Amino acid sequence: MKLLWKLLRSHLSVAQTVGFALAGVVGMTVVLTALQAYRDVMPIFRAPDSFVRGDYLVLSKRVGTLQTFGLGSGGFNEEELRDLRKQLFVREVGAFVPADYRVKGSVSAGGVGFSTYLFFESVPDRFLDVETEAWRFDPAQREIPIVIPRNYLNLYNFGFARSQGLPQISEGLFRRVTLDVELSGAGRSEHFRGRIVGLSNRLNTILVPESFIRWSNERFGGGSGAKDPLRVIVETDGPADERLAAYLSSRGYEAEGEAPDDGRAARFVRLAASAVAAVGLVFSIMSFYLLLLSIFLLLQKNSRKLETLSLLGYRPGRIALPYVALTLGLNLAVWCGALLLLWAIRSRYLPLLETMQEGYTPSGVGLALLCGLVLALLLTALNAAAIRRRIGRLGAGKE
Amino acid sequence: MPTAFAADPLSVRHSDVWLHDVAFHRGKFYLVEAVSGAGKTSLCSFLYGMRSDYAGDVLFDGRNIRSLSRAEWNDVRCRSLSVLFQDLRLFEELTVEENIALKNDLTHFQSEARIEELLAAAGMADKRTTPVGRLSFGQQQRVAFVRALCQPFDFMLLDEPVSHLDAVNGRILAQLLTDEARRQGAGILVTSVGSRLEMSYDHLLHL
Repeated sequence: MKLLWKLLRSHLSVAQTVGFALAGVVGMTVVLTALQAYRDVMPIFRAPDSFVRGDYLVLSKRVGTLQTFGLGSGGFNEEELRDLRKQLFVREVGAFVPADYRVKGSVSAGGVGFSTYLFFESVPDRFLDVETEAWRFDPAQREIPIVIPRNYLNLYNFGFARSQGLPQISEGLFRRVTLDVELSGAGRSEHFRGRIVGLSNRLNTILVPESFIRWSNERFGGGSGAKDPLRVIVETDGPADERLAAYLSSRGYEAEGEAPDDGRAARFVRLAASAVAAVGLVFSIMSFYLLLLSIFLLLQKNSRKLETLSLLGYRPGRIALPYVALTLGLNLAVWCGALLLLWAIRSRYLPLLETMQEGYTPSGVGLALLCGLVLALLLTALNAAAIRRRIGRLGAGKE
Repeated sequence: MPTAFAADPLSVRHSDVWLHDVAFHRGKFYLVEAVSGAGKTSLCSFLYGMRSDYAGDVLFDGRNIRSLSRAEWNDVRCRSLSVLFQDLRLFEELTVEENIALKNDLTHFQSEARIEELLAAAGMADKRTTPVGRLSFGQQQRVAFVRALCQPFDFMLLDEPVSHLDAVNGRILAQLLTDEARRQGAGILVTSVGSRLEMSYDHLLHL
């Protein structure tokens, strides 16, 4: 093998080898980075409070003049809900249940107090995009867990606090705020502690647990019983589905929020990652051809030696061995180079992802590592087969 | 017979080989003499499977060599048929011992010590580490000869083996070859244009 290598390495072009290695590293780096970046970004999509997961729509009826004058319910009746559930693009429908009493919240900090009227709503837990253990209500505790829209915090931090010269509040600090909540209705008035347990991207309302709404509506409600829900939340297979848009407009329903765009964003990221990976693959295939052509040129230049080896009784496989070893070594070097570059690129973008989501944990690199190795070995195997075939033909002698 | 002559057999001068059935037997020594251009190298190439552009058949123990597979040829060239090419086919950038090792690594036929003996007998002991490209053609012939002995064989083909050898070296090689062939019970086929390898031939053929 050492002798064969010494014999056959002559005419090996360093420039061509380096050219292949560079093209190979670029190709494989692009493939692996696309794969790894996709895997690193996906946890952000899958997180319950993701800003892009949401194939959810909040539907309401268009507010008409009748409702302004207090006529007509504007709610979804049983039949309409049943019809909505029947639609193919609808996975689940949940109703918003509003509080049927007056809510007043006040907060005091540093001797300054604010007080405002609020309203509470609840949705079935499965539609909630906040994961928390505190999402329970126990009448004996007299503490109400509350989820508010993240927009409120943003509105305060980036609008109100800035313009009024007030300090900005972090999410963690915001969660420590305790509200004094006064519920009044049905001739009663009671005080509770309100605790903000989470911020929602999906639901643009002040949410409390369903169990609390049921309990409190019974205790403080006007006794008018269950009303038709004014808003419903819909989990859908495809927010961009044309049938969905047609259905909504035919019924006069309005979708609120930007949920459809969120779904599209997830698909866009997937598409972009696939496109980038495809470009990387093209690079890899081109570098594969570059190496193959360099080796074929080498075989051509060494054809007399190859023929002599064959006449001495060397098998084509054995003659090909130095070239296959060269290919394998180069492809493994390309793999290592690509992994190094991937590590460098990743160390640049991971901090960025960490700022986008609290408690973000990136995916492992095992799959990228394995894919790179498989690609390197696959290209080596293809090269080896082509080299062996070519040597078989060269060494066949004159006809 | 080479296909170049096939169209016009009359163009072939009287020959003991072309247009005849000829059998070569193990243990016999054959000398094939001819003028330049009569097809000595072609004959060796046909027998060694390097060329197949001939009319007629070449049979090894009754088997047509056109039917031999690539793997079978490799086997024949490692165990049955040894050759000393007219153009030697040595690797000029490799040293004498590397050229020989390239064959012996494949067959593991000769020991290191035996190779040293053969090189010493051929007068090449002090050239072991010299790249073949720096040797004279006569020296290269002796290296190629030693390489040809690094395998078992039923026949050895030697295509003008003494074209550049002096009489002394010619005699030495003839002795080594005779000893090795007798030991293995092998046949020898030597071609010559005049200066022949001096051995006791069993048959003399004109090409």
